[in-house]
Amino acid sequence: MPGSGTREAGRVLLEVKGLRVAVAGNEILKGVDLTIRDGEVHAIMGPNGSGKSTLAQVLAGHPAYAVLAGTAKYEGKDLLDMKPEERARAGLFLAFQYPVEIRGITNSYFLRSALNALRRERGEPELDPIDFLQVLEAKLKSIGWDDSMMNRPVNEGFSGGEKKRNEILQLAVLEPRLAILDETDSGLDIDALRTVAEAVNQLRNPKRAFLIVTHYQRLLNYITPDVVHVLADGRIVRSGGPELAQELEAKGYDWLRDGVMVS
Amino acid sequence: MAVEHLVGAYHAWASNGASHAPAWLQTLRDSGISRFSELGFPNMKQEAWRFTSVAPLAESSFELAKPASALPSLDAIAPFLLDDETSHRLVFVNGFFAPSLSLVSSDGVRVESLSQALLDRPAIVQAHLCKYALSQDRPFCALNTAFVREGAFVHVPAKAVVQKPIQLLFLAVPGKTQQIVMHPRNLVLIEREARASVVETYAALESDVYWTNSVTEVVVGDGARIDYHRVQRESARAYHVAATQTHQGRDSTIHLHTVAFGGALSRHDIGTVLAGPGGTLILNGLYLLAGRQHADHHTTIDHAADHCESHEYFNGVLDGHSRGVFTGRIIVRPGAQKTDSKQTNNNLLLSSDAHADSQPQLEIYADDVKCTHGSTVGPLDPRALFYMRSRGIKEDQARRLLTYGFAAEILGRMEVAPLRAQLDGIVRDRLAAV
Repeated sequence: MPGSGTREAGRVLLEVKGLRVAVAGNEILKGVDLTIRDGEVHAIMGPNGSGKSTLAQVLAGHPAYAVLAGTAKYEGKDLLDMKPEERARAGLFLAFQYPVEIRGITNSYFLRSALNALRRERGEPELDPIDFLQVLEAKLKSIGWDDSMMNRPVNEGFSGGEKKRNEILQLAVLEPRLAILDETDSGLDIDALRTVAEAVNQLRNPKRAFLIVTHYQRLLNYITPDVVHVLADGRIVRSGGPELAQELEAKGYDWLRDGVMVS
Repeated sequence: MAVEHLVGAYHAWASNGASHAPAWLQTLRDSGISRFSELGFPNMKQEAWRFTSVAPLAESSFELAKPASALPSLDAIAPFLLDDETSHRLVFVNGFFAPSLSLVSSDGVRVESLSQALLDRPAIVQAHLCKYALSQDRPFCALNTAFVREGAFVHVPAKAVVQKPIQLLFLAVPGKTQQIVMHPRNLVLIEREARASVVETYAALESDVYWTNSVTEVVVGDGARIDYHRVQRESARAYHVAATQTHQGRDSTIHLHTVAFGGALSRHDIGTVLAGPGGTLILNGLYLLAGRQHADHHTTIDHAADHCESHEYFNGVLDGHSRGVFTGRIIVRPGAQKTDSKQTNNNLLLSSDAHADSQPQLEIYADDVKCTHGSTVGPLDPRALFYMRSRGIKEDQARRLLTYGFAAEILGRMEVAPLRAQLDGIVRDRLAAV
């Protein structure tokens, strides 16, 4: 596996064991094991309905999902016992597949409220609007974007591409330790995909891990993962290096599902 | 019965204090009271009053307001003022003009009391008064017309531009002895290609019981623009019944903002007529209610000419046992082709005992038009709550922020910045208590 030598040296950031999750009485995850270390980029691929988004949402603490069994430890703490806002304050971030529109609250105000919530947690002083603007300008510059979305209400009237970019901008400002991207590539044309991927690559560093949930391999042409997992019917059925993504692209998911049944 | 009481009060007043009015005005008043006594108080069997009972008004006696024994100080009314950001200010206390609290300058723009305008320029008042807000099937408008005496008169001549807002403040200082009723009557005339902004505020210093029954007519000429802000901050025990009627000419623009914070029972009828081609109307409203407050907004947008656009946004935030009613009627007349009309009414229920009724009514008699409407009634969106929490914002703060956004969306459209800031502060205070 590429990069495995350095990875093994990293500290375990997230450790999921035997996770079983149901929504509205249907078991979606049927025993997921996953270990992510500092700075690693993991991709989770799988067909529709395999449970990819459920895994992303349950790690972020969505209240609609019921954990039936298993554990998830984040920096050694019981993640499943934490409220969504506590997880965020501990450095976990979910880029939503369907970012939510919030009327009447500008992007800038929202992002400052979120950043100040994290800063309070870390014992740092809150930023006033002017200080925040400086932080924001610096972040925008680092990923090469402008501030055209900042004074519009959060996600309201945004195009699909703008919504996904907005998620990545939040990621950039909130500086998480573990960023989960839930189908960030869905609905993006190739230019928008490249823009988002380049920003993510800018945000990669040895202290920040990524969990990239995607149906298609194309995002992984731009963001090279350390590990690729295949999720099928609520279980990780295969893990490997980046080449696994290419294999899936060539052969489709049916090949794997058959393989699972055989084994 | 209160109808007889009010008719009796009218005759006593007409034969005494009001007797020196010009004949045309006396005729207008007489027609008002006779129409009111024919119609009586509305009841809930009538379509326009399905959700709102005015029994508290019909079943008690209100005395015609008298001048306050002492005027409040400028400091006392400061919370309702816009500091030095106003060009003109008219203050009325219990419906009577208070020159010592007002700010009048003569710069070609007329901003004065209606009683003064009746003396100075009766012809222009006669030409417009009661020509837009019609009493035919509206008992409260008829009653107001019967008691037409005082209110604000604003006249901006052709091509004049008034930079700073004109403030009209109606204060109730009823005293404790009896329940009073006031009938302010306002006439705002913006001539061809002129521009002005107005802030019309109803407020009280104490939490008294009283009744305001106001009517405002706004006439906007060809190519003119008005930004009209109406703020209802009556006492929490007051009754507020009002009509705002606008009439706009070719290529004119009206931005009409309305906010209802106060009143135990309030009803606001807003009627607008887009009478000339190319007109633009924004109707932007917020009601923020708690306790047992009841607020009813009845809006009618009449597209009487072609190529006009109207955008209507009303948001309600309802807590406690409060009830909000919104009826949004849009009429597109035959020949009003290329009309572009959008209406939204969103109601946020913060309590399971709060209630909202939302009724769009579209009447479209032209075929080449674009009309859309949408309304929502419900609690905070759980997806938005989770979204905020997933960014580190605590649940109670997320709730407040989302609720604030409902109000801020409407306030954000207001042009007068100091008013926006003032209302924003009230909203924040109210939400801190939620």
